[in-house]
Amino acid sequence: MSEIKKDLVIIGGGPAGLAAAVSAAGEGVKDILIIERDIRLGGILNQCIHNGFGLHTFKEELTGPEYADRYIDMVRKEQIPYMLDTMVVDLSFDEKTGEKIVTAMNKTEGLFYVRARAVILAMGCRERPRGALNIPGFRPSGIYSAGTAQYYTNMEGKLPGRKVVILGSGDIGLIMARRMTYEGAKVLCVAELQPYSGGLKRNIVQCLDDFDIPLLLSHTVVDIKGKRRVEGVTIAEVDENKKPIPGSEVFYECDTLLLSCGLIPENELTDKLGAKMNPVTGGAFVNESLETDVPGVFACGNVLHVHDLVDYVSGEAAAAGKNAADHILGKNAQENDGNVINIKTENGVRYSVPSVVRPAYMPDTLTVRFRVGNEYRDKNLSVYLDGKQLMKLPKRIMAPGEMEQIILVKSKVSEIISESGVKEHELIIRVEDKE
Amino acid sequence: MKDVTIIGAGVVGCAIARELSRYDLDVAVFEKEADVCEGTSKANSGIVHSGYDAKPGTLKARFNVEGNRLIHELSKELDFPFKENGSLILALEEEGRKGLEELLERGNKNGVPGLRIVEKEELKEMEPNVSENAVCALYAPTGGIVCPFNMTYAFAENAADNGVSFVFEGVTGIEKLKDETGEVFYRITAGKETVDTRTVVNAAGVYADVFHNMVCEKKIHITPVKGQYCLMDKTAGGYVKHTLFQLPTKSGKGILVTPTVHGNLMYGPTADEAGDCEDTSTTAEGLDTVLSKASLSVEDLPRKTITSFAGLRAREDGRDFIIGEADDAPGFFDAAGIESPGLTAAPAIGVHLAKLIAAKLNAPEKKDFDPVRKGIPSIALASDEERAELIKKDPLYAKVVCRCELVTEGEIRDAIERTLGATTVDGVKRRTRAGMGRCQTGFCLARTIPILAELLGKSTDEIEKSGHGSYYIDGEIKDTL
Repeated sequence: MSEIKKDLVIIGGGPAGLAAAVSAAGEGVKDILIIERDIRLGGILNQCIHNGFGLHTFKEELTGPEYADRYIDMVRKEQIPYMLDTMVVDLSFDEKTGEKIVTAMNKTEGLFYVRARAVILAMGCRERPRGALNIPGFRPSGIYSAGTAQYYTNMEGKLPGRKVVILGSGDIGLIMARRMTYEGAKVLCVAELQPYSGGLKRNIVQCLDDFDIPLLLSHTVVDIKGKRRVEGVTIAEVDENKKPIPGSEVFYECDTLLLSCGLIPENELTDKLGAKMNPVTGGAFVNESLETDVPGVFACGNVLHVHDLVDYVSGEAAAAGKNAADHILGKNAQENDGNVINIKTENGVRYSVPSVVRPAYMPDTLTVRFRVGNEYRDKNLSVYLDGKQLMKLPKRIMAPGEMEQIILVKSKVSEIISESGVKEHELIIRVEDKE
Repeated sequence: MKDVTIIGAGVVGCAIARELSRYDLDVAVFEKEADVCEGTSKANSGIVHSGYDAKPGTLKARFNVEGNRLIHELSKELDFPFKENGSLILALEEEGRKGLEELLERGNKNGVPGLRIVEKEELKEMEPNVSENAVCALYAPTGGIVCPFNMTYAFAENAADNGVSFVFEGVTGIEKLKDETGEVFYRITAGKETVDTRTVVNAAGVYADVFHNMVCEKKIHITPVKGQYCLMDKTAGGYVKHTLFQLPTKSGKGILVTPTVHGNLMYGPTADEAGDCEDTSTTAEGLDTVLSKASLSVEDLPRKTITSFAGLRAREDGRDFIIGEADDAPGFFDAAGIESPGLTAAPAIGVHLAKLIAAKLNAPEKKDFDPVRKGIPSIALASDEERAELIKKDPLYAKVVCRCELVTEGEIRDAIERTLGATTVDGVKRRTRAGMGRCQTGFCLARTIPILAELLGKSTDEIEKSGHGSYYIDGEIKDTL
């Protein structure tokens, strides 16, 4: 079995991997390898043929494939090597050399090893299946994750069903409500367990409202009928404990049930590596450099935490690429002063990425991303460092479907922590009532 | 005239077919579904019971203990996944000790090797996550876990390789007739086909009473009893090592918590009368019961469900297996009422019935019988060296189709092209595990369908989940606009 050496291996050639590669190359790392399991670069963007991508990154509205192409062009221009149709099957850390050992295979090279100085994890995420939702009933064909249905319509030109109920109002589900309608199917309704939507507001307007597709909040599927193919589903309203309310059941005759009930970061390799994982995000814990607790292994994009907009994925991935470059080129070798800020999220804030910040390695401004666990209207987003209020941001609306962020300014952070006299610091992010 | 016609290609029918293929006999198996292993055999606990549970002297006891011994050997000869992980029957209160002692005695009478009672301290060592309420347990070291699908496929493939024919057509009628010499024979109707056969084996699972009662005056009655299960993600697979049973109490038989042979964690089953013989639907109450009762056996029960399912047990009113030639129908052999421990007992039932039938038909053993069957190689379980070797032979073993379970196109092609190969998506899934993982075909479905279509010479629109109208693709986009 062959073994090669690389400065940087990027696992995944989707939006995160591509942006990370371009960024690392721009910082001066030349010996890069992107490993992509599909037969083309671009990841899930290839099947997202709707527009709405790139408003932040390129200041224009692109389709998924167009957005991916911008980055693929940059990768080609930088002549960054990539392997397609290649699966990484193992990832480990060589304690002696500090190298990361990537085990991969494809049809032409067979099984091979890559020894890398740094690795960027950019494997993306997968959709939560029916089983994870514990929906009772039969198990016929005609139950698809929204992404699978999207693959069929957009990549294969095939219709996965004609009379459709959608469970879950995640963005892909909303997008697919519109897509299935465009392609000639009838979408009866979108049921959402929560009292709020899991997707972006703009998608509710453009994908449901514009097509008169009802959104049933606080509703779920309680039974699936059909031994061979879906023949119908029963939808019931749920109470505040998410339990179906007896008597509220309505039967919908349909041949298809699409599920858009959340995404799960795809971290099999991260688990194999033994990096410490965050049970809230399903991704690894990372520091300000987006580095996991395994030195030289960075993570970005949906494998780290599920994003709402690809533009933010690209931004995060560019930071990971730069940080990996700094690691490889020894640029981050400056004295660590030992100061550590642990980020604590509470009172409605579910998690943060990063979860720990070493001020010595902070860039001048550091973006901290997070999501809230409920829908909040007219609240403050408050940030405290070592007990001192750092920010109080008035928010008209915050929802679980949309990612939030704050920007920490290094000079201000340094000023506060220098006053405290200790090395361990605490930054708290929380939702608060307005006075 | 066929020598033997077997009704039902579940684990029992296939085990009988495999044993009959040792003899010089013309054997056919009829199955109403599109594949073997489509009924009770595909939806059960996957447990190889040690044999302490059945009443001494019953057929259940006899075939369980013998079947357990056979599976240990057959898993090597026929290359299907089996692991002797040992079973623990937990007493969750002190009163349970007496019950365990009774089971121990019963097991000893049944000839179960190695049974003993373990006390709390040792139990904790064996199973660190066991419930704090567990006082002691009966340890059955020969208890095991098996892949029920591949055990069934192994029997079927080996039978077919040794000359047994499989017909995927449901039997709708059986007539008992006499030939010119006065010898009884049977005329089987299956769809448009009519087959005359000297003997019949009734291995029809939940429908076994229907076929028995077509030809026998002494009627039997089978009730389908539904068992619901929850399967957990592999990240929870190591939570317990042994199969944990609960000592049956007045309120029921209890729910088991077990690792599967593939490394998942599984809870179940419930036991409620099903609406009918096709009612494999799960219910909210059933799944709740599974989770709440499973949580009695271990501390902090993992709740990482990736799928749930239900299977039907064929419970005969007499509560024992019915095995052998019917009194008033010479040449009609029953393997009926095969509820738990039927999976374990199947190989022993196969040996027993094959001997009876061969003796009745004066059939000699074949000289060219080949007892060995090779399974599909697994990239997921292979070492790097083995992987490299497989890929060298066929580069498609490097092409991953199912990410969750790491199943390659090479394995999927093998599953379709081999003897009695898969013709449906479920068939590929059960043979290779493509789609068995945490995304449950979310990614690999669209990659598996084209491979099936190519190798079966069909269009992708024709590929089904499990046959009989379980289509996936419904035409082209915009075709109605």
